[in-house]
Amino acid sequence: MTGGDWHYRLRERRGTLGALLLFAALFALYIGKHPVGWESGVLVTATNKGVLLAIVAMAQTLPVLTGGIDLSVGMVFVLANCLASHLVVGTPMQAALGVVAVLAAGAACGLLNGLVIVYGRLQPIITTLATGIIYFGLALGLRPVPGGDVHAGLADAVTGALPGGVPAMLAVLLAVALLVWAPYRGSVLGRSALAIGSSAAASYMSGVAMDRTLLVTYTLAGVLAAIGGLLLTFVTYSGEASSAIGGVYTLNSIAAVVIGGTSLAGGSGSAIGAIFGAFALRTIGDLLFVFDLEPLWQPLFQGVILLVAVSFGSIGLLRVGNRLALFR
Amino acid sequence: MTALALRLRDSRHLPVVAGAVCTLVLLLVGSLYSSNFLSPDYLLLQLQIASFLGLIATGAMLVILLGGIDLSVPWVVTVGGMMSAAAAGWWGGAGAAIAIPFGILCGALFGLVNGIGVAYLRVPSMIFTLGINAVAQGLMVVQTGGFAPQDRATPAMHLIATGRSFLGIPNALLVWLAVGAATLFLLHRTRFGRAVYAVGNRERAAYLSGIATRRVTLLCFVLAGACSAAAGVLLTGYSTKAYQAMGDPYLLPAIAAVVLGGTHILGGRGSYLGTVLGVVLITLLQSILSVMQIPEMGRQVAYGLVIIAMLLVYGRGRRHAA
Repeated sequence: MTGGDWHYRLRERRGTLGALLLFAALFALYIGKHPVGWESGVLVTATNKGVLLAIVAMAQTLPVLTGGIDLSVGMVFVLANCLASHLVVGTPMQAALGVVAVLAAGAACGLLNGLVIVYGRLQPIITTLATGIIYFGLALGLRPVPGGDVHAGLADAVTGALPGGVPAMLAVLLAVALLVWAPYRGSVLGRSALAIGSSAAASYMSGVAMDRTLLVTYTLAGVLAAIGGLLLTFVTYSGEASSAIGGVYTLNSIAAVVIGGTSLAGGSGSAIGAIFGAFALRTIGDLLFVFDLEPLWQPLFQGVILLVAVSFGSIGLLRVGNRLALFR
Repeated sequence: MTALALRLRDSRHLPVVAGAVCTLVLLLVGSLYSSNFLSPDYLLLQLQIASFLGLIATGAMLVILLGGIDLSVPWVVTVGGMMSAAAAGWWGGAGAAIAIPFGILCGALFGLVNGIGVAYLRVPSMIFTLGINAVAQGLMVVQTGGFAPQDRATPAMHLIATGRSFLGIPNALLVWLAVGAATLFLLHRTRFGRAVYAVGNRERAAYLSGIATRRVTLLCFVLAGACSAAAGVLLTGYSTKAYQAMGDPYLLPAIAAVVLGGTHILGGRGSYLGTVLGVVLITLLQSILSVMQIPEMGRQVAYGLVIIAMLLVYGRGRRHAA
């Protein structure tokens, strides 16, 4: 950061910073109130839950940046979970191949979404709604009843702690952010995605490679959702085709994206914000446990917090001078 | 022939015609499996089941026409069912009399909050209704767990949902017909209906032409909440019991039915007749898939594929519409 443009850069990252602060405050409260406190075991458990949603939320961010949405992320997540419970077993070599196969399946799901949206010219919301049903059907075929297994060595390594007490999942998340999100955002593709989200018509007129950008974006979303499903298998040691899990992850991923400062209209935001948005959402759930709230009241409390969090953007309304600016 | 095809393509009626054709095809496919498919009894039964989805889709369509989406359907349906049953338990005989309006009123209240959030707080409808869904779920969990309310349907609810009081036509279907007729009138014969389409096309322009766009949005959400809750009341009567998550299987089919019926998912375009056909299509599709005795997996995959295929045939957007 050089010279006097720091406040522009700060402004661009306002959403991400807001989510980071929200998460930091909530997490400090959580650790302060937790009977054990800042200890490796507590951190690992909290991280394992948070990273799953964070990765699905990153997957959701990509289509949202282009002004679309992917309602099938949760189902790809579940499908990858079921697939991994079949394939990521046996010798280390077989398990590694299994991991590759799961990611490839996620990419295929994402690509199918992209193909229907780009060449079928259907709206993303309705396309992914329907493909989500298909992916769930496939998951159900793979795992009619919950079960399966996963390579124990790999699972323990990923869900445990690194030397020094840092949760290994955090390293996985960092790797995903650095290897998937950072190159995407820095490339022409990432900028094209934001341009399409800002104005599809203007992007088309300026010669942005729209078709390619959208295809890659949805494919990457599929890959990220599959990574999430893979990690879920490592956490639960089994596969389960549950439409409830898929639905909850899809909806929470949208909430995490919004809390992370990404506009649902597209064109602005970042996957890093979504990570902190997801962490903040998860911490809210954990907070209820440490505060000994009656389990009966937990869903209500969570709902109210979610509602308040997404309504925060409305504070900006107070500064609107011209009422016309409210309407699109 | 080509001229006719082109004219049809440009007119608003293509989705309706295509939906009707798809319905006929589905019926023919179904009749290959079982001759019962074309019997009046079976068709009336399908229409009776379709009326639950039809009520929900009516509300969903109002919101989609505005360019929004209502993701609070699952738990507002549950609210309608649980609160109406609970009212009957709380207030005895008087409760049974007001159970149905009370359930619908509760749904309308949730719709009102949705509307305030979307119209006045300007939160995107997708995310605000999601939050309301979570709140409704939380309230219902507290209500069942903390107060153990009655969950049995009243006789009146049972009669409306399953009875056939008039010429053998299911009462539920009559309810849908009444709501449908009212919606048709509202959308195509009133100023409010015009305003709904205007807001869906471009809220800014609608505002500048003097439409109270926020009030229109608010009212649509209230009506959507009431429709969902009414479906919940009927469902409770149908299954004789209100239970948690009873609305979960209805969100996706409702949106799919509205879109299959030719309503544009981004708002501003669509006809109620199309939605009716969409609802019938989805109901028949689900029924045929369950008759065909294929495993659940195949059913889900076929369900998704058929929706995509139908949309690809007649629901495609324009190339780079600026």
